Amino acid sequence: METRMSFIRPFMGLVAGLMLALVMVACGDNTATTAPAATTAPAATTAAAATTAAATTAAATSAAATTAAATTAATTAAATSAAANAAPVTITYFTFSAAPDHLKDLDAMIKAFNAVYPNITVKVETASYDTYFTKLQTLVASNTAPDVYELNYENFVSYANKGVLYDMSSLASADKTFEPSIFYPRAYTAFAQNGKQYGLPESFSDVVLYYNKDLFDKAGVAYPTDSWTWKDEIAAAQKLTDAKAGVWGTYQPVQFFEFYKMIAQNGGAMFDASGKPTVNSPQNVEALKFMLDKFNTYKVSPGEADLSSQPDSDTALFKDGKLAMWRSGIWNFGAVKDATFKWDIALEPGNTTKAHQFFANGIVISSKTAQADAAWKWARFFTSSTEAAKIRVAASWELPALTDQSLFDQYLKQTPPPSRQIVFKALETAVTPPVIDRESELQDATTKELAKAKLGQETPQQALDNLQEQVTKLLQPK
Amino acid sequence: MAVVSKKVGEKNWVRRLWITFFLGPHLIGMLVFLVIPILASFVLSFAEWDLLTPARWLGLDNYAALLGSADFWDALKHTFYFIFGYLPLVLVLGLGLALLMNKNLRVRLVFRVAFFLPVVSAWVAVALLWKWLLNPRYGLVNWLLGLVGIEGPGWIFDPNWAMPSIILASVWKDLGFVMMILLAGLQGIAPDYYEAASLDGAAGFRMLRSITIPLLSPTIFFVVVISLVNSFQVFDQVYVMTAGGPAGSTQVLVGEIVNNAFRYSRFGYASAMSWVLFALIFIVTLVQLWLQKRMVHYQ
Repeated sequence: METRMSFIRPFMGLVAGLMLALVMVACGDNTATTAPAATTAPAATTAAAATTAAATTAAATSAAATTAAATTAATTAAATSAAANAAPVTITYFTFSAAPDHLKDLDAMIKAFNAVYPNITVKVETASYDTYFTKLQTLVASNTAPDVYELNYENFVSYANKGVLYDMSSLASADKTFEPSIFYPRAYTAFAQNGKQYGLPESFSDVVLYYNKDLFDKAGVAYPTDSWTWKDEIAAAQKLTDAKAGVWGTYQPVQFFEFYKMIAQNGGAMFDASGKPTVNSPQNVEALKFMLDKFNTYKVSPGEADLSSQPDSDTALFKDGKLAMWRSGIWNFGAVKDATFKWDIALEPGNTTKAHQFFANGIVISSKTAQADAAWKWARFFTSSTEAAKIRVAASWELPALTDQSLFDQYLKQTPPPSRQIVFKALETAVTPPVIDRESELQDATTKELAKAKLGQETPQQALDNLQEQVTKLLQPK
Repeated sequence: MAVVSKKVGEKNWVRRLWITFFLGPHLIGMLVFLVIPILASFVLSFAEWDLLTPARWLGLDNYAALLGSADFWDALKHTFYFIFGYLPLVLVLGLGLALLMNKNLRVRLVFRVAFFLPVVSAWVAVALLWKWLLNPRYGLVNWLLGLVGIEGPGWIFDPNWAMPSIILASVWKDLGFVMMILLAGLQGIAPDYYEAASLDGAAGFRMLRSITIPLLSPTIFFVVVISLVNSFQVFDQVYVMTAGGPAGSTQVLVGEIVNNAFRYSRFGYASAMSWVLFALIFIVTLVQLWLQKRMVHYQ
């Protein structure tokens, strides 16, 4: 029976973490004390600025990219001769995005890497996204951090602020053939903090509007265009919704990531340029109201009960041909490619302006690594070499954050969806998620207040007033 | 014992060595993985620590923050909601079942196994099962209700029904355990009492109230203590079925501890909450021990 032990069960969870404390104390670990105190000022300025900053279009940079690609090739050749007789080194690489679908692709990339640097062995460790960050923080805390690891942009900021990442600036300037301009600029600057480059962008993805062409044809509604606004979306959704057939007009989940984008589409933001929370601004309230009206007023979106209780139930709904429009990430192309109907993607309808979510994963080096040079070589190869990028594109493992358009030719030729160029067009109006040190708490608090509003327990105004108060508290020094 | 020969003393010494040898690994394990961490969590509850930067001493700030946190009070409220819904139900139903199973029914063994099966199943599997059963649109429960003309509620998607859903699943899972323990207690009651009572003309409910319940009270006490301690720590089923939702309406204490420790990296704050939970369970257990003296009858 579990009863005997149950008395201590609440503490069991803490046991693992606490053990580490003791180990650290016992080892007299004083290196950690050099870490700067975590800043409480929000990094939201990046996000706020992102809305207004003009994104470099992929097309505009393609000319520059060609030269960049040539540089990469040159590096490869130069490195081969230099590395051939170097001493053998082993580095560890920890990843969440490779497992379980892309382990083969990662192996292929490592093989390509070893063709250039035969002396560097890359030891891969993986964890699922759900458990990755728990495992990572224990590894870092116990001084056994992997030499190189993966961080998504939202988590990057707090790791950078806690001083556990290697400042790559010196490595980058020492590497004569390294050109930061080969990276998509938004993605590259996302992994800088306080003027230091702490990471290289590995991949990006964005969110677009999926639509079911067959349902549009059947209802006699014109397909979404770039000029669509929220009003057009609602009007179309009302015509497309067919309650009897269980067909819904449009869907987007009500949660943090959808919210930050929707308020951007309405000219709002969660933080102003100075980082002060502006959660309950009139634009934000209006945006939330629009999100909820689709469920409650117009009834063109399926509620929780209409979706099955499985995760990714919206994917299933779209794939079953029961959803006409769906705001979702490009990572779902694979999941719905076998759908029996015709579908395509379009830019998201905005209200006062366009905005699209932008997600990036980056590669960082541990500040405690003994193999900084080897780590840098791997980070650089993995994120920006033509070989690795080609493998990544072929595998649809998100997209490399590189400006070289020739890499994406093969990607753009694939169907469905036919309009793949939308993926890059959406980048022109990309907004990064607002990030603060206490990011998980910000996301959870937002999602909880939005849920209360969706259930009608609070009005959108009340929900955002409450959230404003909570976010203000999260920004205060602990 | 006053005069102990040297030889016996030596033997004792060897014996103690062997005892230490065999107990040692377990004691060391307990010390390292249980006692020290528990003590460490107490110290940590007065500090702030995110694992990555050095811990900072806060004194009583964590406890003060706890008392000022709406999330903590909500979690406490939801935990008590669970306890007050779950405990009476599982006890009354468990007792009823135990009484039935105690009769000389032919299919008794089949039923005993059937009711005990959920007890030995993993919570995650059971919770997933109930999540499906209670699905408002496609679930079996609402389909059955629909057959008799009742439109079922939104269950885990409705903030008013989410906690009852969890209570329902928990009662279903633990019923077999409660039944089994009470059944053992029932079978320990000497038939003489019933014989004497029936000679005096007692039957049915009177027999239950005056003979069965008082003589079963030590067993009932045991079940209440165990179930109460367990239900203060309710977590697995909540985590799988609702993850604290919808809109935080089923967030319980342990869920709040886990979130703060492993999602928000607030280990000090989470430790403080663990110790508050410990104090709560400790007080409740003391009250139960005091009640035991007055209400529990041993044969």
